Amino acid sequence: MKPNKKKEVLLKIRNLKIEGYTDETWVPIIKGVDLTLHRGEVMGLIGESGAGKSTIGAAAMGYARDGTRITEDSSIEFDGMELTTATEGERRALRGARIAYVAQSAAASFNPAHKIIDQHTEAPLHYRLKKRMEAQEDAIDLYNRLRLPNPEEIGFRYPHQVSGGQLQRAMTAMAMSCRPDLIIFDEPTTALDVTTQIEVLAAIRDIVDQFDTAALYITHDLAVVAQMADTIKVLLKGEEVEEAPTKQMLDNPQEDYTKSLWAVRSFESPQRSREGRECLISVKNVDAAYSAGPKILDDVSFDIYEGMTVAVVGESGSGKSTTARVITGLLPPQKGEVLFKGEPFPADYRDRNKEQLRQCQMIYQMADTALNPKVKISEIIGRPAKFYSGLSGAALKNRVDELLDLIELEPSQYYNRYPPELSGGQKQRIGIARALAAEPSFIVCDEVTSALDQLVAEGILRLLDRLQDEFNLAYMFITHDLATVRSIADEVVVMQNGQVVEQGPKGEMFTPPHHPYTDLLLSSVPEMDPEWLTTLLEERGLENIGEAASDNIDPDAKKVMPSDV
Amino acid sequence: MGDILGLVAKRLGLGLVILLVISVIIFFMVELLPGDIAEAVLGQGATEENVRNLREQMGLNDPALVRYFDWLKGAVMLDFGRSIVTQETVMSVIGERFRNTLFLATYAAVIAVPFAIVLGVIVALLRNSVFDRVANVLTLTSISSPEFFLGYILILYFSVKWSMFPAIASLSDGMSFLDLLERTFLPALTLVLVVTAHMMRMTRAAIINLLASPYIEMAKLKGTPPWKVIVRHALPNAWAPIINVVALNLAYLITGVVLVEVVFVYPGIGQALVDAVSKRDFPVVQACCLIFAATFILLNLAADVGAILTNPRLRHPK
Amino acid sequence: MEDIATLFYFGMSPSVFAIVYFAVLLVASCAAAYYNQRSAFLLIFSLTLLSIIVGIIGGASALSMIAVTAFVIAMAAMMSYAFREFLILIVSTEMAKELRTAPLTAAFGMFIIFIYAIAGIFAPWIAPHGEAEVIASAFAPADENMLLGADQLGRDMFSRLIYGTRNSVGLALTATLLAFFMGAFAGLLAATKGGWFDNFMGRVADVIMSIPSLIFALLMLSIFGPSMPVIIIAVAIIYAPRVFRLTRAVAGNVVVMDYIEAAKLRGEGMWYLIRREILPNSTAPLIAEFGLEFCFVFLLVAGLSFLGLGIQPPTADWGSMVRENATLISFGEITPLIPAAAIALLTVGVNFVVDWMLHRSSGLKE
Repeated sequence: MKPNKKKEVLLKIRNLKIEGYTDETWVPIIKGVDLTLHRGEVMGLIGESGAGKSTIGAAAMGYARDGTRITEDSSIEFDGMELTTATEGERRALRGARIAYVAQSAAASFNPAHKIIDQHTEAPLHYRLKKRMEAQEDAIDLYNRLRLPNPEEIGFRYPHQVSGGQLQRAMTAMAMSCRPDLIIFDEPTTALDVTTQIEVLAAIRDIVDQFDTAALYITHDLAVVAQMADTIKVLLKGEEVEEAPTKQMLDNPQEDYTKSLWAVRSFESPQRSREGRECLISVKNVDAAYSAGPKILDDVSFDIYEGMTVAVVGESGSGKSTTARVITGLLPPQKGEVLFKGEPFPADYRDRNKEQLRQCQMIYQMADTALNPKVKISEIIGRPAKFYSGLSGAALKNRVDELLDLIELEPSQYYNRYPPELSGGQKQRIGIARALAAEPSFIVCDEVTSALDQLVAEGILRLLDRLQDEFNLAYMFITHDLATVRSIADEVVVMQNGQVVEQGPKGEMFTPPHHPYTDLLLSSVPEMDPEWLTTLLEERGLENIGEAASDNIDPDAKKVMPSDV
Repeated sequence: MGDILGLVAKRLGLGLVILLVISVIIFFMVELLPGDIAEAVLGQGATEENVRNLREQMGLNDPALVRYFDWLKGAVMLDFGRSIVTQETVMSVIGERFRNTLFLATYAAVIAVPFAIVLGVIVALLRNSVFDRVANVLTLTSISSPEFFLGYILILYFSVKWSMFPAIASLSDGMSFLDLLERTFLPALTLVLVVTAHMMRMTRAAIINLLASPYIEMAKLKGTPPWKVIVRHALPNAWAPIINVVALNLAYLITGVVLVEVVFVYPGIGQALVDAVSKRDFPVVQACCLIFAATFILLNLAADVGAILTNPRLRHPK
Repeated sequence: MEDIATLFYFGMSPSVFAIVYFAVLLVASCAAAYYNQRSAFLLIFSLTLLSIIVGIIGGASALSMIAVTAFVIAMAAMMSYAFREFLILIVSTEMAKELRTAPLTAAFGMFIIFIYAIAGIFAPWIAPHGEAEVIASAFAPADENMLLGADQLGRDMFSRLIYGTRNSVGLALTATLLAFFMGAFAGLLAATKGGWFDNFMGRVADVIMSIPSLIFALLMLSIFGPSMPVIIIAVAIIYAPRVFRLTRAVAGNVVVMDYIEAAKLRGEGMWYLIRREILPNSTAPLIAEFGLEFCFVFLLVAGLSFLGLGIQPPTADWGSMVRENATLISFGEITPLIPAAAIALLTVGVNFVVDWMLHRSSGLKE
């Protein structure tokens, strides 16, 4: 943390109001936010979706996205210059040169038609700060500082030839190209896996430090912002909740909303054990691939016992969702089989009978695409009850009411509504009710909380936990989020590149020794402690984090203690 | 690069297969006639002997498959047999006319393509302004009007009322090029009106679609001036859609040209086709259809190949 | 002709007309500028500048053409506005909410469709004379008995125009419906089933779409002769692949949704999937597509009739009416343009409505 906070003011936003155009009218998005940022200071803007953090970030550049406008009584003062009254030309002259922007999706934000370095040098050349050769040398220097592999050569590739984590660092380098006074980081690591994220975080923090650049760091992840920011501002629905220096904010939040955000990670269901339970699903030596493609699953085996939750953890491409598709019968395996209560389950769902289909239900990540927007709630929930149990008339209505009660939604209010009228959390609850309506013994939960805000997600986890005890349900919980695993899992299966690298009860998994990959995964998850990243880098060194480290892991390696790495 | 060549070769192969299938359709559709061509041509009053003679002459006694391959072999060498009505070779009927049609289509395309693309980019930049809305209404009206409606309006004003251009596009040997341009101005203008409207709308849509990309926002946030955002960041990615728009509309010209030729009595292949259809001169009909279809496929092929060649992801594989 | 000329100058002498013309435009521009109506000002002022140029070249008569056009557009706009308000009053509240978003062009389109529907359904009661009834000499000029004069055989143009609504629109509508049912059904089936059926249908559509539509229609008509059933079937075959492609694409976007997967895993049959899950989520683009296809079909059929290969005489049909009276053009008569304008007007109207619907459905996605 930088101790000196008495520097001059760089960005002063007063009474910022932004409106968006929807349904033929202007609705307020930002309702009067103040913000003061000093030179060299990093401020974290944090809030749930719809809080307006990203809109504020763009406004700090004097930029309003299509369909939004900054109202006239707002004031955005950058280094003494009022942006709201400046001409478009004056504002444009700041962008890239004195205020730079790093977007969430680097893959989409690099122009596919040009080499990375040509996009990098565009701004310095445009502002005549450097000659082309100088600008290129400077780019290579920045790539070096950001620890990109092959810094001499990587810039001469096209964006699609470079991985996501590397692109994100290249974009940070690009933002640095004119040595701006201020950089806006708009969720720069949200789309990345945890092991990749940590590398990018370290690189960003380092370079912002080196050039003493001020930054607005926008994110929804508290632990991430704790590592990056000097001060934190919490936003809710376009309004400020509170602002304080990072340490103070973490230790002693003032407002109820902030406290509730901090408290989220406290839920943890008691760990159940296999004793006295029957094995429900058993995945045996499964290999799978999508038609003629490369092998996605390689000799995957694990068991799920009745009434227990097995969390399958891994990063994108690890094969966790594919495993679910094999179990549900959407993707018949090339080799191996799935047993249900010891009996082989037909490989293709089309060969399963109604009773078998009923046993195994699914809840999806995106509630928006999981519920048919043109069908009433009563029918979405009622259909499985009618289809499997043949209920109709009053019996069906009673059943639907009962299910709505179970998921804590008032039946009379929701019975006749359509999915688009509901909030994200309510939709997810409907998804759960639909699965319950079939009276299954086993439910696959595919990243069910990752699209939800933390508070809502916790509500869903608690609900799932309650239902599990009530109906003796077994869950297969697919997730990339270790906090979720910690709160709901009984057993954990860790996957990497289509293989199971480690499995066992939760308690064991979270205590060393670990398999090297599990270790890497666990150590990469940011913690609320502001010193966490610094400590980790000191302990492990740069070589043992991130993509490079995960590529070097041998799936059959022995378990290690974290201190051995 | 190997990937690209492979893709292009695959696309060319597919085009050839489609052309073959179409030649089969064109040829065997005539076989569906109740009775056969000879009976159809001569009508009900024909004597047994006349029909037999005609069959002999047209080689109708061979099996259909043999005749198809003969016909296809001829078609490859641009020999489509003889017209039933005039007994001339089909090529002597449509050869010259095909050139005239190509001239008219090229004339229209040379004016319309640059004009439409520039206008399309401009309305895309001015989107949601008054001009964009007016352009929207005008282009919609233009594409909704039958070609003969536009053609006759042009004749009424430019030719009858103001006597600026001739209404009938008759061609003669030894005309100077300027003369030719003047004589064919009205039919070309009709085509230009229809095609420009189509192309403008599609170019506008393609560009607007592109301007929503995150990399365009990134370019704006880098301080790139608006013209440079378009030229450097949007255009290199817009080639594929624009090529597609152009090819699609050149293909559309082929259909539009038939009606326009009839309105202006222009000696092109479209008129020949319409004449042949009403006289049931099947060899000519088949030849015209095959030529139109081949041009159509060729244009689509060119568009696809162009799209492949300008795709940066394909040009620079991992 | 005398009174028509003064009518065009709104009852003024040409020079007075020109002065009034520019005065009105300038007052309107200034008013727009004063009240900060930026787009209105731009429009009116550029019209003023344009009028100066046109006035210099074409004189008062050219200006009167602009004025008449503006007058007609203003009338059409008012009619559309009134019609939209009328529709909002008579439909349910939910529909009314949607209708309020309709621009005037869309309201104009709906009005046109409404008028054509009335004319088509009640043709025998509206038309003063029979469809094929000869009542005057060839090309007789308009009189109180014949609103638009007589055609080349001495039949009443106006009556034939009214009857033409039935025949031309009816034929195009039937052909579109047929094409739509074939194409949409195949598209939904292909999207749901996937696999070889999907591939096969895609290839068939590719081949048919590789033949230009008018050429393909001519080929079929030359073989089977121009009769109503042949035209309908030929046009349906030509346009079904286009509908197939769109339906396949729309349904393709729906099929990848998780709720389809959920229904499949539940064990639902294909019919249920199409009817309850896919179709309700594809209707909006499909309705818009129906309008678009109708325009294409209508123009194609009109083109065929114009070439003499469509609906055969004596049945009244707009395309053939243009062709039959085409010679009048060289005498500066606009008679043959009227049926052509009737075709254009309906297509424009439908396109306006479709444009609004497409805009709405794309706007909702964002």
